[in-house]
Amino acid sequence: MNPADCDKILLVQAEFDGELDAAEAAALALHRETCPICQAAASELAQTRELLRVPGVYRPASDDLRARVLANLGAARPAPPRPARNWFAGWRQGSAGFGLGAACAAALAVLIVAPRQQGLTDQLVASHIRALQPGHLEDVVSTDQHTVKPWFDGRLDFAPPVKDLAAEGFPLKGGRLDYLDGRPVAALVYQRDKHLIDLYVWPEGGTQAAFPSTAAESGYNVVHWSADGMTLWAVSDVEAGQLAGFARDWRKAK
Amino acid sequence: MLPHLDAAHNLARWLMRDSAAAEDVLQEAMLRALTYFATFRGTNPRGWLLQIVRNTAYTSLKPQPESVPADAVEDELVSGEDDPEAALIHTEGRRRADRLIAALPVELRETLVLRELEELSYKEIAEITRAPIGTVMSRLWRARRMIVDAAAREAAA
Repeated sequence: MNPADCDKILLVQAEFDGELDAAEAAALALHRETCPICQAAASELAQTRELLRVPGVYRPASDDLRARVLANLGAARPAPPRPARNWFAGWRQGSAGFGLGAACAAALAVLIVAPRQQGLTDQLVASHIRALQPGHLEDVVSTDQHTVKPWFDGRLDFAPPVKDLAAEGFPLKGGRLDYLDGRPVAALVYQRDKHLIDLYVWPEGGTQAAFPSTAAESGYNVVHWSADGMTLWAVSDVEAGQLAGFARDWRKAK
Repeated sequence: MLPHLDAAHNLARWLMRDSAAAEDVLQEAMLRALTYFATFRGTNPRGWLLQIVRNTAYTSLKPQPESVPADAVEDELVSGEDDPEAALIHTEGRRRADRLIAALPVELRETLVLRELEELSYKEIAEITRAPIGTVMSRLWRARRMIVDAAAREAAA
C-alpha cells in the first residue's frame, strides 16, 4: 500500500500521531468510513506501535553511564582562563583517556570557550531566564530541604548546602542541575512573593573570585558570596535590596 | 542538559546501533553541548541537545557503510557486564523490535525513533533532523511500512 493509493494516508498517520486538530480529525473520520485503504492503514499503524513500544527498546542512559558522562564533563572543565596555554592544557588533560572524539571537541572549545568566560553574570542571568521557561525550573520539586539536598547526591561531585528560608519569607521550591562556569552546579529555587530566586551553588575555585559581589543585568539582579568552601550566586528579578536581604538571611540560616 | 541524557542516549544508541559507539557519541555530544551551552538561547533544550547528538553521530557514522553491523542487535545480549541492559531478560518481542528498527536506513530510523520512542511532535523531529515536515511524514510512513513488511516476512519464515 502506497501513499499514492489514497491521498489521505499521511493524514491518517498524522491523526494517529496526534497531529490533527479536532476539525481536521472530524473531516478525516468521514472519509475513513468509506475508504478501505485508510482503514487498513490505520490498523497497520497501530500494529507498528505494538511491535515497537516494547519495554527495553527505549535505551535510557544507565546510572553508570550517567556517572561517566558527569565525570567527563567535570574533567573537561576549563582551568582558569588567563594564560591561554594553561587552559588548553587543562582541556587536553581532561580529555586524556576519552578518545579521538575529544580532540575534535577540544579544537572546537578553543574557538568557543574564551568569550564565554568574559561574562559569568551573563551566563547566570541567561540560565535563570532559561529556567523560567515552563517545565525547566525544577528537577526536584519540594519545599523540604531534607528532600532537596539528598536529591543532589550522586548527581554532583559535591554536596550543596540546602537551607529553608520560609520563616524569612523565601520558601524553598525545589532544585535542579545546571551548567555554569564550565561545570555542573546545583541550582536551588526559592520564592519571594511572585518572584523566583535561583541560587546557584558550586565549590569555590576557578574564576569567580574576580567578580563583584552584586551586579545587574537585563533587569535581573545578581548577588555573589562565598561560604563553607562554596561559591553562591543568587539571581532574580526581585529588587536589589530584597536580593541582598535574601543573601543575608541565607548566610544566617542554619 | 542532564535531564535529557536518556533521550540523548536513546537517539545515539539507535543511530549507532552499538552500545560502545553510542557512549562515545554521547560523551562527545555532551562535551559539545557543555561548550555551546552558554550561547544557547532557544526554548527547547531537548531538541537542541538531540540535534548535537545527531550531528555527532553522523560525523562518526560517515566512514562506515550503511549496513547493519553484525552485532547490532545481539551484542548486548551476550556482552558487557557493565551494561545493566544486558542483565535484563530479553523477551522475543523486544529482540524483534530491536531487529526491525536496526534494519531501517538511518534517515528512516532516526525519524521513527524520535516519534515512536521519544514521542516527539513532527515539528520537533523536523527541527532535529533538519527536514521539512512533509519529509518527516513520508519518512515515518516508509519506516512504518518497512516495519510491518519485515515483521510479516519474519512471521512467515
